[in-house]
Amino acid sequence: MIALNVNGEDRSVDVPEDMPLLWVLRDVIGLTGTKFGCGIAQCGACTVQLDGQPVRSCVLPVASVGTRRVTTVEAIGATAGGKKVQQAWLDLEVIQCGYCQSGQIMSASALLERNPDPSDSDIDAAMSGNICRCGTYTRIRAAIKQAAKA
Amino acid sequence: MSKPFSSPKTGPSPQTGASRRAFLQGGGLLLGFALLGAGVKPTLAATDPVAGDVTAAFSPDAFIRIGTDGKITLILPNIEMGQGTHTGEATLIAEELEVGLDQVSVVDAPPNDKLYATAALGGQATGGSTSMRATWESLRKAGATARMMLVAAAAAQWSVPASECGAKLGVVTHQPTGRQLAYGALADAAGKQAVPTDVKLKDPSDFELIGKSLRRVDTAGKVNGAVIYGIDVRVPDMKVATVSACPVLGGTLQDVDEKAARAIPGVRDIVRLPNAVAVIGDHFWAAKKGLEALDITWNDGANAKLGSADIMAALKTASEHKTPIMARKEGDVEGRLKAASKTVEAIYQLPFLAHAPMEPINCVVHVRADECEIWVGTQVPTQAQAGAAQVTGFPLDKIIVHNHLIGGGFGRRLVAESVAQAVAIAKQVSYPVKVIWTREEDIQHDLYRPAYYDRISAGLGPDGLPTVWIDHVAGGSVLGNYIPGGWPDDKLDDDAVEGAVKPPYDLPVIQVDWVRQDPPVPITWWRGVGSTHNVFVVESFMDELADAAGKDPVEYRRALTKNQPRAAGVLELVAEKSGWGTPLPAGSGRGIALHDAFGSYMAAVLEISVSSAGEITLHRAVVAVDCGIAINPNTVEAQIEGGLIFGLSAALYSGITFTNGRVDQSNFHDYRILRNNEAPKIEVYHVKSLESPGGIGETATVSAAPVLANAIFAATGKRLRSLPFDRNQLKSDGADKTSVSMMPPLSVPVLAALATSGETGESEPEAA
Repeated sequence: MIALNVNGEDRSVDVPEDMPLLWVLRDVIGLTGTKFGCGIAQCGACTVQLDGQPVRSCVLPVASVGTRRVTTVEAIGATAGGKKVQQAWLDLEVIQCGYCQSGQIMSASALLERNPDPSDSDIDAAMSGNICRCGTYTRIRAAIKQAAKA
Repeated sequence: MSKPFSSPKTGPSPQTGASRRAFLQGGGLLLGFALLGAGVKPTLAATDPVAGDVTAAFSPDAFIRIGTDGKITLILPNIEMGQGTHTGEATLIAEELEVGLDQVSVVDAPPNDKLYATAALGGQATGGSTSMRATWESLRKAGATARMMLVAAAAAQWSVPASECGAKLGVVTHQPTGRQLAYGALADAAGKQAVPTDVKLKDPSDFELIGKSLRRVDTAGKVNGAVIYGIDVRVPDMKVATVSACPVLGGTLQDVDEKAARAIPGVRDIVRLPNAVAVIGDHFWAAKKGLEALDITWNDGANAKLGSADIMAALKTASEHKTPIMARKEGDVEGRLKAASKTVEAIYQLPFLAHAPMEPINCVVHVRADECEIWVGTQVPTQAQAGAAQVTGFPLDKIIVHNHLIGGGFGRRLVAESVAQAVAIAKQVSYPVKVIWTREEDIQHDLYRPAYYDRISAGLGPDGLPTVWIDHVAGGSVLGNYIPGGWPDDKLDDDAVEGAVKPPYDLPVIQVDWVRQDPPVPITWWRGVGSTHNVFVVESFMDELADAAGKDPVEYRRALTKNQPRAAGVLELVAEKSGWGTPLPAGSGRGIALHDAFGSYMAAVLEISVSSAGEITLHRAVVAVDCGIAINPNTVEAQIEGGLIFGLSAALYSGITFTNGRVDQSNFHDYRILRNNEAPKIEVYHVKSLESPGGIGETATVSAAPVLANAIFAATGKRLRSLPFDRNQLKSDGADKTSVSMMPPLSVPVLAALATSGETGESEPEAA
């Protein structure tokens, strides 16, 4: 049994220790907002936050989470930064198919948490790990800047 | 403690065909209409639209439902996969129905080929940038018809002439007295009104919704994880499978030793198919570990020694020796060629491409004793249904397909072979199974955009302009995959020459032909279809001609678009907005590409710089578009931005190659996608137009490769004629020509370590 705190809720899951957090969230706990894209930390669709830090949950063994608090896209709107990011995403119509956007929003809100006024190169560094196949990058950049001002 | 799929509460309540039918019945106004048959009148949908008598003279293929509670629901056959089609279609109806876009909701139609056939695609399908073009008339007519019936119902209730009543925001008002009734209160009575035959549509100058950048209808649930893509579906007692098909394309399964896989906790079943093996587990992780533990023996089959060089060599030989099928021949081609003061010729090569949508291929299937229920996001629900019927032996009406939002299509979900595979797996067990392909399976078992080998030439007159234009296309037939029995040998596949056969230039003497050479690997459409391939060749070559003539590329195109007003319009606008001709720093260049596709005209200018190491930086793209009436300008711009980046990804990085019948690429580290730090700034400008709307989902993808090729030439003087562009050819003399100038992928262990240590795991931003 592995203990986890997910979106503020204590949970206990009976899964193998090496099972990536992504599949624990999706297949065991039933939080499907966090997406599977590549399985090798190349695309960022699976990004969640551990104590506010963005991590790729597809390669993160669940046993290594420990006491760090897991936040997923389902709960990011409860944080002030996350809510601003979500609103900017809607206001600027960032989203197309939307599949990668959970991860984009988790990376962007973590960025704003640690850097309230990111420069273009800060955005490059924080967001280049999140692929968007629909190519919404220019709007993601603009939305991060708008959320920073909000 | 949580257990996999033990509680249906966390998932959607599974819809059944029966509940869907119930949803479509009930009180209020249910108006069915023909989305595509402009000449067919809307009618009251008295019959069940799922099981209704489709052999009747009138077959509605979409529905407006206005409930007595005032809820307005649009049931539409075209699928939302990010391109904004639900928003656009809802806008057309709402405009004439006189409701706000926030007053309607859109649901996917259940599969029914007879009801939902899209004429342009043959069978219910969403692709080829057809949705808005095909529905422009019919959706507005449907909205107007429903509005007239609601107004008539109100007029009857008040005993006044309908002409004294007007509708606005879902309320009918009797103008002289100010009396009002909401649509919900009128819905039952409206459902008893005669369907009007004389329906007048608004003049475009009166549009209140069309042409405005209204908020999309599908995005609210995409910022908080609430929307359910196919891969997110959870049904009670479901297990999860992952699958491995024979890595050699066309090979089969010989034997598999299951012992080690069975020992892995959570592995439930191992299922064999003729060409694949699947492991089913309590969750994806168990299935994946199980699959990795299998000891599989494959029969490699006929492609065991196949390599990319063989395919390209066969294309070249076919291009040079096979008799082509003529697509277009006008004027004295041979005579003009002889008389030309100068001739220019070039060979262009394009690779196979994978689609790699962000949502990996997946499908949930439950095969019961006498029916099969499927949850999947597909561009072709009826094909999915037909495939399942074939695998199960059940009649079509026993195959229930629930279509879901799609996490990226780009053509990949215009085929449903993976649904048939999932059904074949699920058929062997009693419980529902969610089959998820790994990204590796997705890249290595896609149906690929075909490779092409094109020879193009032109004769120039004394003024340097082309007097004759000859384009020999060679490649496989994509349409052939969609025709039962395959494509006839002597018939032209229009897709193969789309974008080549009628470039938007004054080229009176022209020959375009096609040599068919089907590759031994599966192929299908890819975003931008024929035009993505052909416009790269046409627009690169147009630049070569301008260079041969010593003319500026915009000037040269201007001279050839004197009788092409819409092409000239976007050309002038992009030249102005991009600052064409203004100086750029050394090592930089500006390219242009002009084309028309899917009924829209587009000109793009791209500014890049190329380092001495051959690395390309994309700085700024300026796009001018004439897509007719832009139903939602913001969506048009979003599609152009995204479509351009999609095409630039391919031009810079993408190419599927084969060694010993196996795909060499496997995931996003070696099938690279453009990243945020590499994307250019993009500006989009509209040419105001009152033409009917053109397609827009693919248009900018078409511009990408030629505009980049021409920018590379402008920056370096080097003409790259083979995709993806080889940076080694752009290195300055003395630079190391052996190293590849792509971002080296981080190794998996490094990334895993980054993830566990709480670092972000992002790669260093590269200077590509």
